[in-house]
Amino acid sequence: MTVEGQGGAVPPAPAVPPPRPVAPLDATAMPGAPTAALGARSEYFAPTRIPNGTPVGSSRTPLQDLTGTITPADLHFERHHAGIPTLDPELHTLTIHGLVDHPMSFTVSDIKRFPQITRTYFIECSGNGGAGYRDPKPDTTPQPLAGLFSTSEWTGVPLATLFREVGVQPNATWFLAEGGDSCKLARSIPIAKAWDDAMIVWAQNGEPLRPAQGYPMRLLLPGFEGNSNVKWLRRLELGTKPWMTRWETSKYTDPMPDGMARIFTFEIDAKSVITSPCYPNTITARGWHSVNGLAWSGRGRITRVEVSIDGGATWHDAELLNTPQPKSTVRFQYMWNWQAADAVLLSRATDDAGYVQPTRSAMVAERGVYTDYHYNQIVGWKVDRSGAVTFHGGT
Amino acid sequence: MRPIHVVCTFAALALCGCSGSSNTPNAAMNASSNAAFTSYDAGRVPGGPGAKQLYALGHPAADSAIAVMNQDIGSDGLELPDGSGTVTRGAAVYAAQCSQCHGAKGEGLPTFPKLVGRDSADAPKPEFQFSTTNKTKTIGNYWPYATTLFDYIKRAMPFATPGSMTDDDVYAVTAYLLSANAIISDTVTLNAPTLRAVRMPARDHFVPDNRKPNGTIK
Repeated sequence: MTVEGQGGAVPPAPAVPPPRPVAPLDATAMPGAPTAALGARSEYFAPTRIPNGTPVGSSRTPLQDLTGTITPADLHFERHHAGIPTLDPELHTLTIHGLVDHPMSFTVSDIKRFPQITRTYFIECSGNGGAGYRDPKPDTTPQPLAGLFSTSEWTGVPLATLFREVGVQPNATWFLAEGGDSCKLARSIPIAKAWDDAMIVWAQNGEPLRPAQGYPMRLLLPGFEGNSNVKWLRRLELGTKPWMTRWETSKYTDPMPDGMARIFTFEIDAKSVITSPCYPNTITARGWHSVNGLAWSGRGRITRVEVSIDGGATWHDAELLNTPQPKSTVRFQYMWNWQAADAVLLSRATDDAGYVQPTRSAMVAERGVYTDYHYNQIVGWKVDRSGAVTFHGGT
Repeated sequence: MRPIHVVCTFAALALCGCSGSSNTPNAAMNASSNAAFTSYDAGRVPGGPGAKQLYALGHPAADSAIAVMNQDIGSDGLELPDGSGTVTRGAAVYAAQCSQCHGAKGEGLPTFPKLVGRDSADAPKPEFQFSTTNKTKTIGNYWPYATTLFDYIKRAMPFATPGSMTDDDVYAVTAYLLSANAIISDTVTLNAPTLRAVRMPARDHFVPDNRKPNGTIK
């Protein structure tokens, strides 16, 4: 099934892994490798995204290969609608106009002279998880299941600083954000977000943005669906109502069973996914295992993650491995003593608004199985007594 | 290491001993800076919306420079440019510029969307039913505003050479697609006033986000 909001079908993972590198029998018996200009990953660890190979496309973060909460920049998911533009940071500008006292353009150098802030936020495509919602299949790994989700430390300037600088007029209620890519992707954003926590960012995990993440600058709207975080940002126009662009009408709207579709569904609701163990693992040893994964909410802090090992009959509080921050990511862990019995591992997140992640059946009843976007149902993994792990989406 | 530990311990004890109240300047300062540090609300840090400082950076944007980029067409169509196009002309432009990706009749290809499609009047279910049936969205059955069509074609189409079409050709292709979706007759000439007057079939099927932030089902 093609899900247009996700940039087409997910291609299969490569069937044959590359040959395993050969290490010396005794690495202490010889000098090691010399210093190098760039640090490469171990030859024994070669995580990759899953690109679909077209300009209108996506490539997904290999969540099952990663630890902690930060996504290495070269593994941050991609989603773009007309390819990645090449923009010269010395020529690119951001222009702010419309209902402002002083229409202004800012170079990247100008933007960097404002007082900067650094924050850790996730970005999730609101199409993330569609395949696991509509048609859960046992041979699903975390990457196609939830890999349109990544977390970075972002550095930039609060959008409010720039809006004060240009003198936003009191009657402005929305702004249009437009990218400098070939579809000039444009989204309308309520102005309250600018006065709250929106940022114009130029750096990601300690270095300039990667081109696929919006180099040289992008809009960052903490907790809002990925598409609204406009990359390659070139223009902000202040106005009094939304523009009703293609991306906020024919796409990124959520049809409901009552014959209506929700529009401007910006916030990402609380969500979690266990990334270890997962398909296609086989658990080979009885005893203790760390069941761990990621949880996030676009509405605030994660306050609780529970894990079930019996398909949701009983739940246990998981440990949160880092301090929850608003609209950011926590890794959770539940220590599990496996004794070669059948189990179904699930995770369930709660945020500080009191929102509890729903089951798939509850969501299907409310929204229908073919609704688009914002799939945050409880998911997990079935472990059979032999240790084989498969995806369990039918919650 | 041990002497350093001792010094630190004494320092900590000394600090505790002389600041029995949290109202001392040091405690107040620490509380303030900690609050700023732990808050992820941009409004509470320097440069956030609470600050009054202006920085006089950037340069004024000339109207002519803004006009080059400011091509968007809002839902009321006030910005629509001069020009016009017929359905017949649009069919020819579509065949030359659009059909290789979207199909000869707007039926779409695997990675390029279907553009044309309406249910028949006697269809068993209401036309706008996309969450309980696996139904493909089209301009005719889903798009709420015709102005979006003009905006997007002018903004982003054709895919390989975006921005290359004249306003007349954008009007013409818009007319062809609206006609193919049985929204306007094939004799209509589309221009700014006639495009503003088009009311899309799905116009009243959109509701602002009504999810509840604190429920489980929404």
